[in-house]
Amino acid sequence: MGMTITEKILAKAAGREKVSPGENIWMNVDVLMTHDVCGPPTIGIWKREFGESAKIWDKEKFVIFPDHYIFTQNSHANRNVEILREFAKEYQIDNYYDVGTERYKGVCHLALAEEGYNVPGRVLFGTDSHTCTSGAFGMFATGVGNTDAAFILGTGRIWEKVPESLKFTFNGTLPPYLTAKDLILQILGDITTDGATYRAMEFDGEAVFDLSMNERMTLTNMAIEAGGMNGIIKADQKTIDYVRERTQSPYEIFESDNDAEYLNKYEYDVSKLEPIVAKPHSPDNRDIVRNVAGTKLTKCYIGSCTGGKLSDFQFAAPIIFGAEVKVPTFVVPASTEVAKQLEIETYKGISLKEIFENAGCMIGQSSCAACLGGPDDTFGRAQDKDIVISTTNRNFPGRMGSKQSEVYLASPLTVAASAINGFITDPRDYI
Amino acid sequence: MESRITGKAYVLGNNIDTDQIIPAEHLVYSLSDEEESKKYGHFALSSVPVNEAGLPNGGIPFIEGENWQAEYRIIIGGSNFGCGSSREHAPFALQKAGVKAIVAESYARIFYRNSVDGGFLIPYESTQKLNNVIKTGDEVEIDLENNSITNLTDGKEYQLKELGEVLPIVEAGGVFNYARASGMIS
Repeated sequence: MGMTITEKILAKAAGREKVSPGENIWMNVDVLMTHDVCGPPTIGIWKREFGESAKIWDKEKFVIFPDHYIFTQNSHANRNVEILREFAKEYQIDNYYDVGTERYKGVCHLALAEEGYNVPGRVLFGTDSHTCTSGAFGMFATGVGNTDAAFILGTGRIWEKVPESLKFTFNGTLPPYLTAKDLILQILGDITTDGATYRAMEFDGEAVFDLSMNERMTLTNMAIEAGGMNGIIKADQKTIDYVRERTQSPYEIFESDNDAEYLNKYEYDVSKLEPIVAKPHSPDNRDIVRNVAGTKLTKCYIGSCTGGKLSDFQFAAPIIFGAEVKVPTFVVPASTEVAKQLEIETYKGISLKEIFENAGCMIGQSSCAACLGGPDDTFGRAQDKDIVISTTNRNFPGRMGSKQSEVYLASPLTVAASAINGFITDPRDYI
Repeated sequence: MESRITGKAYVLGNNIDTDQIIPAEHLVYSLSDEEESKKYGHFALSSVPVNEAGLPNGGIPFIEGENWQAEYRIIIGGSNFGCGSSREHAPFALQKAGVKAIVAESYARIFYRNSVDGGFLIPYESTQKLNNVIKTGDEVEIDLENNSITNLTDGKEYQLKELGEVLPIVEAGGVFNYARASGMIS
């Protein structure tokens, strides 16, 4: 019996010839990532448990991206960034991307890609559930809590249960009115929010490999919304090109054997799919946009690790071009690199940034912002009984702020079309 | 490890995500400062929709008023308990509020790991749906040796799944204690 790509990478990390789903293994970690919410408690546990002799196992492999609560007056949140800053100084962490400097990046999952930490074959653990995003690069990436991260920080090792794999194959050519967000919301409706718990989600098929790296990250990002341990896409030439623009680190390409075993396989013909929303209050509460078209909105939001990449704004801009948004619309480039690209990339000779500004959108600074609510003064935060349509990844009760708010998740095309009408709109009306 | 956990049950539904357990806006407080970390207990389960808070009837706040500890020691959940973010603040908040164990049909991976590796509380899996037979406020007892839970209010006993491979970590009180005891770290 062959192995899946996930099993092969875990076997390598465990120093084994073969691993099988269900067995607990101890493995070596290539990269550990943390941020301002979970970094300080991780450091606290590391110091408490390793005491005076606490040593970072490998400084080159430890990366800190402050990104969650950055542009806020909240003194406790600011204290967390201060703790990271002091720690990075004391322990001389080169891979610290400080707020208020040229090095500040924004949302960690995109920053990992942009800064060249995502390399095929690697094992990445991060103190954030959306660490699975990096699986778009043919690597194993998953989220852990502070205790596990502190353990890795001191030892470079961690235990994990080898997951069973699910395979999702998207055949055909993606129509212009669909994006990777529609594909993953389709899957979530099919397998629900615990359909992949403790499992690997492997994405395959020509429609997947036609996607840009940005769009592939949208797919893997939301593996956790199905409970997935990791999402993964085999590396191809696009992956290598993206990686080589950013790092010369050696990579290793793994792929699933033909006789690898899957718990389940799902096949989709993308030409038959429609624009999708996840209705309040769960990412698996799927419907087609057409069925909820006309639903009045009070806010629109384009941002986050899953919905604030350059590709998301490239989808949204042509629809918003020349129009005016009818409800407050928040645009949050996930990273400072994306923010710069918004000024450079054009549509019909006008920069994407100007297109959004001219339409009346509010453009925020790169960070997680209102994707997870955050402190009261967070840009774009849902207030009172707001009804929001958003390119983010979660719409559980209170996720974007107010507990009374209702959040619909959708593609950047659907959010853009909805923004210029003030109610939920099928993007096919504009494409 | 104690052999029995006894106390009042607080009953919840399916898919209790980490934003309901501890809303993200509160993740700014210190977890190591004894006084400040009581905020986590105070805000535990504060974002569960009112009609689903304390089943079967709902409308029962987990934390009363300005308290930081609950009168409940055991949470009875449905499926996919703890889904959502990786925040270890979630099992920490429940522990701070006085919760010793959860009995749910299933868990999200990271919440389960955090509960076990951090030694915050014991995440038991039930062998059947229990959140429709145990009511919020019922006095219940978990027998850790026999892997069972008894509703002392009506005397009914239910089997729990064995903790399996994570039992040694639970018994050690977390992954650090486990690793020290097994010689992996000094």
